[in-house]
Amino acid sequence: MKEAKIITRDLTLHYGQKMALNSISMQIPEKEVTAFIGPSGCGKSTFLRSLNRMNDLIPSVKITGEILIDGLNIYQKKIDVVNLRKKIGMVFQKSNPFAKSIFENVAYGPRINGINNLKILTEIVERSLKNAAIWDEVKDRMHDSALGLSGGQQQRLCIARTLAVEPEIILMDEPASALDPISTGKIEELIFELKKSYTIVIVTHNMQQAARVSDYTAFFYLGELIEFGKTRKIFTAPDVKHTEEYITGRFG
Amino acid sequence: MKIRLKNKIIGGTVTAASALSVILILGIIVIMLVVTFIGGKDTLTWKFLTTFPEEGMMKGGIFPAIYGTALLVIIMSIAAVPFGTITAIYLTEYAHEKSWIAQTIRFAVRTLATVPSIIFGLFGLGFFIKFVGAGMDNWFLGGHLKWAQPNLLWGSLTMALLTLPVVIVSVEEAIRTVPRELREASLALGATKWQTIKRVVLPGSVSGIMTGTILAVGRGAGEVAPILFTGAAYYLATLPTSVSDQFMNLGYHIYVMSTQSANVDQAMPIQFATTLVLLMLTFSLNLTAVLIRSRLRRRMK
Repeated sequence: MKEAKIITRDLTLHYGQKMALNSISMQIPEKEVTAFIGPSGCGKSTFLRSLNRMNDLIPSVKITGEILIDGLNIYQKKIDVVNLRKKIGMVFQKSNPFAKSIFENVAYGPRINGINNLKILTEIVERSLKNAAIWDEVKDRMHDSALGLSGGQQQRLCIARTLAVEPEIILMDEPASALDPISTGKIEELIFELKKSYTIVIVTHNMQQAARVSDYTAFFYLGELIEFGKTRKIFTAPDVKHTEEYITGRFG
Repeated sequence: MKIRLKNKIIGGTVTAASALSVILILGIIVIMLVVTFIGGKDTLTWKFLTTFPEEGMMKGGIFPAIYGTALLVIIMSIAAVPFGTITAIYLTEYAHEKSWIAQTIRFAVRTLATVPSIIFGLFGLGFFIKFVGAGMDNWFLGGHLKWAQPNLLWGSLTMALLTLPVVIVSVEEAIRTVPRELREASLALGATKWQTIKRVVLPGSVSGIMTGTILAVGRGAGEVAPILFTGAAYYLATLPTSVSDQFMNLGYHIYVMSTQSANVDQAMPIQFATTLVLLMLTFSLNLTAVLIRSRLRRRMK
């Protein structure tokens, strides 16, 4: 196992009175793809959104335990959430480009970081779009609205937008669940490319997808981490019976 | 069978009632327009719109009233739109929904919207003229009377108070329609809350801010009571050149012509023509608001 990028210790999360995550301890390796699987409501998305403190936006959320990223507890008081989120990009289930041009969507992150030099911005935008494997499709219409792109293109644009901030970690919350098989294939190829440079955590409903793209898999059930290990092992010889039952489709 | 018949009767009654009320509403508007059009069409000329009243306002045009109304709504918008927008941003983005301060503000806005417009006029007189204006005169002008009397500024600010709820509610609605996904996208890219508001939420609310402004202007152009004591003049021989001058106003002019003129036969066509101008103004403003809203909505899609 490569060095752990993200370590959680006894992470417990409540929505008001309801417990959503129960004492999750996990080590997510650097520059690998880690997939979270499990039935709806098992806490995998909640856990993912704890990693960049997106859950802060919900007032009723209470968290105990620790999340260490590069050894630093991100729930410490002195942590700057804004800087944290620059380091940890996020791609959402529903593609969510801004009602701006393709160029301005990708330039958004650099711009909020104070980069306004058009030449530098153009370089960043081009590089990000290339890395997100969408450059060839949009290079001739950079100043058209991003909302005119297809769903799959929009999702890759959102990935490009995330890359433009130069994060170290990319969290993906069911990034292909609303896409057709061809677009899904493109996203999966892209994930394969991206893991050379980024630590990727992906939540997915699709078991085959987890098996295809991930190096490690975590199986969640009812807010608990049931099993975590190498994807090959989880899918061929899981230690826990429960995991096997889920993967073979006996429940879920 | 019985139930089907009953449903048919109910359905038919409801349809008939709806049709009747639509016809009634349209009828009222049509009658209003036709009557004012017939009464005013001979008087309403280009000259009527661009010249001063003459001969005790029994002849000539209404240009000063149009000019005064325009200035009134412009200054009013400059005051009400930024203030209302900031309030709406606070209510939707910063205040917790159930905090006492947000609930107090919401209650105040709702109450403000139900206050009779004449009360705004009295408030403007008491607060802006007798308190703020008199204070300014005492402190800065050594008691020389300048601000402690009705003028364009106090009239506009009083009107701004009246239209504030319209602006706040429209902008609030618009801000709420900006999808949560877009805010999250921005925050996840490391934007601060304010950057997100400035670059995602407000651009997404432009249509709401504009319709709010236009609806407020439409309201402000038609109201008379708030400016009765705070700035409107019966007649002025010159146009206002500063915010400390009084101004003439279309709505007030209609009131003056219909209650204060000695010769009803001579005043009548002028009343009708002025009414026609005011109606067309408010109708076209509302129409513009509707058009902008639908156009921006289409673009958002």
